[in-house]
Amino acid sequence: MTQSHSHKRDALARRFRTFIDPDFVIADEETMKPYECDGMSMFCEMPLLVVLPETVAQVQEVMRLCHREGIAVVARGAGTGLSAGAMPHADGIVLSLARFNRIVHIDPLARTARLQPGVRNLAISEETAQYGLYYGPDPSSQIACTIGGNVGNNSGGVHCLKYGLTVHNILSVEMITIEGERVVIGSDGLDSCGMDLLALITGSEGLLGVITEVKVKLLPKPEKAQVVMAGFDDIQNAGDAVGGIIAQGIIPGGLEMMDSYAIIAAEDFAHAGYPKEAAALLLCEVDGTAEEVQEHIEAAESLFRSFGATSIRTSKNENERALLWKGRKSAFPAVGRLSPDYYCMDGTIPRGQLAHVLLEMEKMSKEYQLRVANVFHAGDGNLHPLILFDANVPGEFERTEAFGGAILTLCVEVGGCITGEHGVGIEKIRYMTTQFGDLELAQFNAIKAAFDADGRLNPGKGVPTLRQCQEYRALERKPAKVEA
Amino acid sequence: MSDQTARLIEQVNAAIADGQKLNITGAGSKAFMGRETDTRHAAVLDLKDHTGVVNYQPVELVLTVRAGTPLDEIDAVLAEHNQMLSFEPPRYAAGATIGGTLACNQSGPGRPWTSSVRDQVLGIKLINGKAEHLRFGGQVMKNVAGYDASRLQAGAMGTLGAITEVSLKVLPRPAATTTLTQAMPLADAIPFMNQRAAQPKPLSGACWLDGSLYLRLSGAASAVDATAHQWQQQGAQVLDADSSARFWQQLRDHQLDFFAGDAPLWRFSVGPTEPNPDLSGPWLIDWAGAQRWYRGDEAMSDMERLATRAGGQVSQFRGGDRHGDVMHHQPAALRQLQQRLKHAFDPNALFNPGRLYSWM
Repeated sequence: MTQSHSHKRDALARRFRTFIDPDFVIADEETMKPYECDGMSMFCEMPLLVVLPETVAQVQEVMRLCHREGIAVVARGAGTGLSAGAMPHADGIVLSLARFNRIVHIDPLARTARLQPGVRNLAISEETAQYGLYYGPDPSSQIACTIGGNVGNNSGGVHCLKYGLTVHNILSVEMITIEGERVVIGSDGLDSCGMDLLALITGSEGLLGVITEVKVKLLPKPEKAQVVMAGFDDIQNAGDAVGGIIAQGIIPGGLEMMDSYAIIAAEDFAHAGYPKEAAALLLCEVDGTAEEVQEHIEAAESLFRSFGATSIRTSKNENERALLWKGRKSAFPAVGRLSPDYYCMDGTIPRGQLAHVLLEMEKMSKEYQLRVANVFHAGDGNLHPLILFDANVPGEFERTEAFGGAILTLCVEVGGCITGEHGVGIEKIRYMTTQFGDLELAQFNAIKAAFDADGRLNPGKGVPTLRQCQEYRALERKPAKVEA
Repeated sequence: MSDQTARLIEQVNAAIADGQKLNITGAGSKAFMGRETDTRHAAVLDLKDHTGVVNYQPVELVLTVRAGTPLDEIDAVLAEHNQMLSFEPPRYAAGATIGGTLACNQSGPGRPWTSSVRDQVLGIKLINGKAEHLRFGGQVMKNVAGYDASRLQAGAMGTLGAITEVSLKVLPRPAATTTLTQAMPLADAIPFMNQRAAQPKPLSGACWLDGSLYLRLSGAASAVDATAHQWQQQGAQVLDADSSARFWQQLRDHQLDFFAGDAPLWRFSVGPTEPNPDLSGPWLIDWAGAQRWYRGDEAMSDMERLATRAGGQVSQFRGGDRHGDVMHHQPAALRQLQQRLKHAFDPNALFNPGRLYSWM
């Protein structure tokens, strides 16, 4: 670090310490270290400072100071994001909302909860279970990730097809603008007059403002949930069976698919009783009233049989249901055991393209000489290929990135998108030009400027500048050479 | 079925060149909404012939249509595959289109349970004020790349541009539907509806009108029957199928007697459990208390006070003097953000000047 950088850091820390508890203004390298990355640890950067304010007034003061001085602000929740969206900026501060961890109010009759942004996703459902209610979106990181981060990423989970994403499950947010002004977007009603700013803020990856409170909708906990596991010896059959369920008029609470690689890894790890010889496995959860679940489970079983399922097992009790899910929920770490590192991708495709996409990926796997396992939110078309690699082998991460990029390009080619739920962050920013044209990206930049004209909020993430676009397009014309 | 994109872009270009304002219209079924302005009937950007299904994949639950496509036509296409627009878009007059439905954010009685048009939009195409034809979102359920410029249009009433194409998530029709009614005073009905909504039952409508509560159940036949039976035991009566279908359709399209006549119609979007304000005119409560309709001559400022107290907002939906603002006022900071967004999409302020707000 240069001396002037160090001076700048110390001078700034002194100013923050005039209004934030000095213990919560972190300026030493050692204590800042854990903030250098989020869940996407391949991308790291040390910030100028980390501040952890405790009140909304302090957040406003932080924003005012940074706005005046032209300092970049990167807001951070639990740091579980998978696109380096919370990676610090070298000349900016990290604004951690970790101390905003209070459930402000639960209204069981209106079925809402007012939350500070640092409340953990799972804590909402745990706290509201006493009223027979829960919060719908359940990203895999729900034990740790926060509701503020969920808003920033429009987080999903395994129940999206039926219960929607974050954008469908929140009523309002309190946001601090770049100028330090406090605004409330949305209301206790289901809609508000004017443009839908709530939708615009949701999924904006911290580029438009800093969320300081969220009001979420709560759902009545279904009377019953039951899961059918079906093994198939052919991926195409499994894919067709997913379509068959939908065509039957059933919207499952969760509908997940795993390929052979993921099945074996998950079974070795969780001993859930998955058929290790299967080419594809479906987990279909039906929830609702006791009568509805019985009706739909019977329909699903017979439908899977008609699509050629080679094995079928239906949970008979809550323990068995939890066990069947355990394999799926531990699929990422399970696959991780097969390899020193893995890289989780996140494209969405039209479901009908699944077999084609998996086949293409198999070819790429050979071409890039990297193994890939697939976990798929089959209900909503969100594909998570896990590329296995070893970061200690020179050039292997670069090859992994290139493989990942080729997968995202394929997703766009078949009518899908580059990210279903993990966000763009830094990780996928160069692929924005694959999904969007220059005019759309220019419009996105104009939206950004409406909130943050100088580009101080989470700079370098989410939406490429027009200059970056030109660079990325030039790269697209010269694809990275894969070394055999 | 016709693609009018080239004509529409040309017309926007001409308007830019001439410094002309443009009023976006479809079938005109929602012409009564928004403000009355001097330029309101000047030049029209007409999308009603820009129609047709672009793509429909029943198994994907995704439909893409041109913005001028009438809702009735969409219903017919979806019905062939036993699917529907789950948000039950209202038809205030014949020909109502999907583009207008999104721009005005109009959803029917099932909205708290079966979602809104805003919720089900997956992507759009839009001509902005620079005559650029842009594509946002996509045709898949999960897509978090870029800002959600598609849902941003819901309620913007065309101020950001002309929506030319809409991709939507569609859903299977429920296998069974039953309506239960019971007599109940308004003050009791509001908490009661919410208690019902807090139970894990297949509720898909909760409305109160003229001393009667109407609860609709939709879903698997076994679930609907069992719940109806249980609630009958607790004092509700089953409405016959024809009356049931008619009631929810007339509620959706504002054809009930409550909506007739010239008295101004106010729409409150508020916290569902809030006690109802004490006013002299009649009320209709929908969305289990989250959407409330009121008829009467009142001052906008008084109504705003009541709506704010109930955690929400009010709009002067139909009738009355419409030269002032008819939508709930925006705090200064939100007003400024929306003006900047307007400028970002429509720098020459071509589209629907003053229709949404006097300052927009």
